[in-house]
Amino acid sequence: MALVTRSNFEKPDDAFRAVIEAHRGLGDEASADLDAALVLILANHIGDLDVLREAIDLAKRRMLEASQQQQQQQQQQ
Amino acid sequence: MSQGNSQTDTRGRTRFGYHRHADQDRAGSGIATHPVVVVGAGPVGLSLAIDLAQRGQAVVLLDDADRIGEGSRAICFSKRSLEFWDRLGVGQRMVDKGVVWQVGKIFHGASLLYQFDLLPEQGHKRPAFINLQQFYAEAYLVDRVSELPAISLRWCNKVTGLEQRNDHVVLSVETPDGPYRIAASYVVACDGARSTLRQMVGAEFAGQVFEDQFLIADVKMTAEFPTERWFWFDPPFHAGRSALLHKQPDDVWRIDLQLDRNADPVAEKQPENVRPRIARMLGHDHFDFEWISLYKFQCRRMARFLHGRVVFAGDAAHQVSPFGARGANSGLEDAENLGWKLDRVLRKTSPETLLESYHIERSQAADENIRESTRSTDFMAPNSSYEARLRKTVLSLAKETEFGKRMVNGGRLSVPSIYQTSLSTVDNEDWRGGPRPGASMVDAPITGSIGETVYLTDAFAKAGRRFALLVFVNGGAMDLPDDVALIPVGGAEFSDAAGHLASRYDARAETAYLVRPDGYVAARFRHPTRGAIEAALLRAAGNI
Repeated sequence: MALVTRSNFEKPDDAFRAVIEAHRGLGDEASADLDAALVLILANHIGDLDVLREAIDLAKRRMLEASQQQQQQQQQQ
Repeated sequence: MSQGNSQTDTRGRTRFGYHRHADQDRAGSGIATHPVVVVGAGPVGLSLAIDLAQRGQAVVLLDDADRIGEGSRAICFSKRSLEFWDRLGVGQRMVDKGVVWQVGKIFHGASLLYQFDLLPEQGHKRPAFINLQQFYAEAYLVDRVSELPAISLRWCNKVTGLEQRNDHVVLSVETPDGPYRIAASYVVACDGARSTLRQMVGAEFAGQVFEDQFLIADVKMTAEFPTERWFWFDPPFHAGRSALLHKQPDDVWRIDLQLDRNADPVAEKQPENVRPRIARMLGHDHFDFEWISLYKFQCRRMARFLHGRVVFAGDAAHQVSPFGARGANSGLEDAENLGWKLDRVLRKTSPETLLESYHIERSQAADENIRESTRSTDFMAPNSSYEARLRKTVLSLAKETEFGKRMVNGGRLSVPSIYQTSLSTVDNEDWRGGPRPGASMVDAPITGSIGETVYLTDAFAKAGRRFALLVFVNGGAMDLPDDVALIPVGGAEFSDAAGHLASRYDARAETAYLVRPDGYVAARFRHPTRGAIEAALLRAAGNI
């Protein structure tokens, strides 16, 4: 794994907060624009395609698991 | 011309006469058999025929039309293509007529976003690109063909049937005088994106069709724009879409405008509908149309470029979107790659399996070209609202960041591929630069015996269509295998006082590069020995 998943911030709450505050007051459209720019800026800063791909995999795996859980819940209902 | 009477119209387009050939009168006495038949007299087929003829092969070149194609079509010819054409004896004529360029500019709205230089260093014989209407390139190639008696160029010869036999192929050919049949050890299909030979071998042509429509117009006007490639995202004169402007010879300008996906292709092609669009772009109405076409992109390739004894090259084998000049140039790279291999196989100095390396190397290149051109197309015509959002983000980041500029994709222009190939001998010494095995040779200026400046590509062309060894000489005589031409630098013949060549090749005394007949590096050595060179040669010729 090239991607660092152990906590990297001394105060993770500050990082979370910084992103939240950046989006505060924005509509969905503007928020999506902001996220798109953040993704590209941070991806370039990382500058490592393997890390980027692992990050994408992690993000997608999480979405897959969420949608599977949702399906299972619907089947149980 | 030996190829028959040609007539050239005012726009440089040439029509050729049909001539009956003796092969058509052989009924009863067995059909004529030739080493190679090339089908399709476009830039790829013509160049391949010339290359083969210069190597001593007799070539029959068939074309179903009686004229060189209408419209400018391909216009950007790369440095690599020009270096190949130099070896075919037509490079200078192309450059003399063509518009030399190397700078591209990308605009967003009305403002310049960034610019790129495709050949920022001096000391290359050929420029990064020339723009030249395809019909000029074809006309010059036809003139060169007419100087080579080994080529039998037959217009109005349409291939209608193909039978593969154990050791040859039989073609049925339709002519104005009726049908005839000829046999060939090998057939090379250079018959374009709608290749009939591809259908005859039953091969699929799979890939992606893009829904966006592009209007392409060549307009004649006098204008003061520089000889640069200008590309716009969302220009004021064509809101929300992309546009391209590029100069050709004869005061002709290539204009490309992206249209709506659902634009009516018949209506959009009418000059009265095209004119206002172009006038908005140019800010005036003082131009004439040379050619108008409407097209959708396709990016696709054959799974295999070899089908028995039929070899596919150019658009017949692979098709890309036009932004990036990867169509004609990759076809010419196919021809360059195939010529020497086919010659060696026909002479039996290499086994038939050498042709497999054509498929491997050139299908890698096709994949690379398709990948690059698909990415450009997706950037220009985003497929989803998210893709559109990300593109908008890149364009806005490009205003103030270098990384954003480099992500803007208005077409990535053709560069030769670096082949991952079994013909290469893997480096096992320390190299800090220079073209690695599988890469095309890099040009550099050197000095000839009477103090004149020559280029490495000239020295390579003079070396005579063989494997060549570029050696940075160290006093002692080289013990060379036969069949290898020597390009010695640092002795009486060539010198490199300025050190350009040594720097581009990361060379020290004794360093040597073994170059294939197509100008690609096969192996390189810090301390060449006859044994090591022979081993690399065997490998590069497909003999081990």
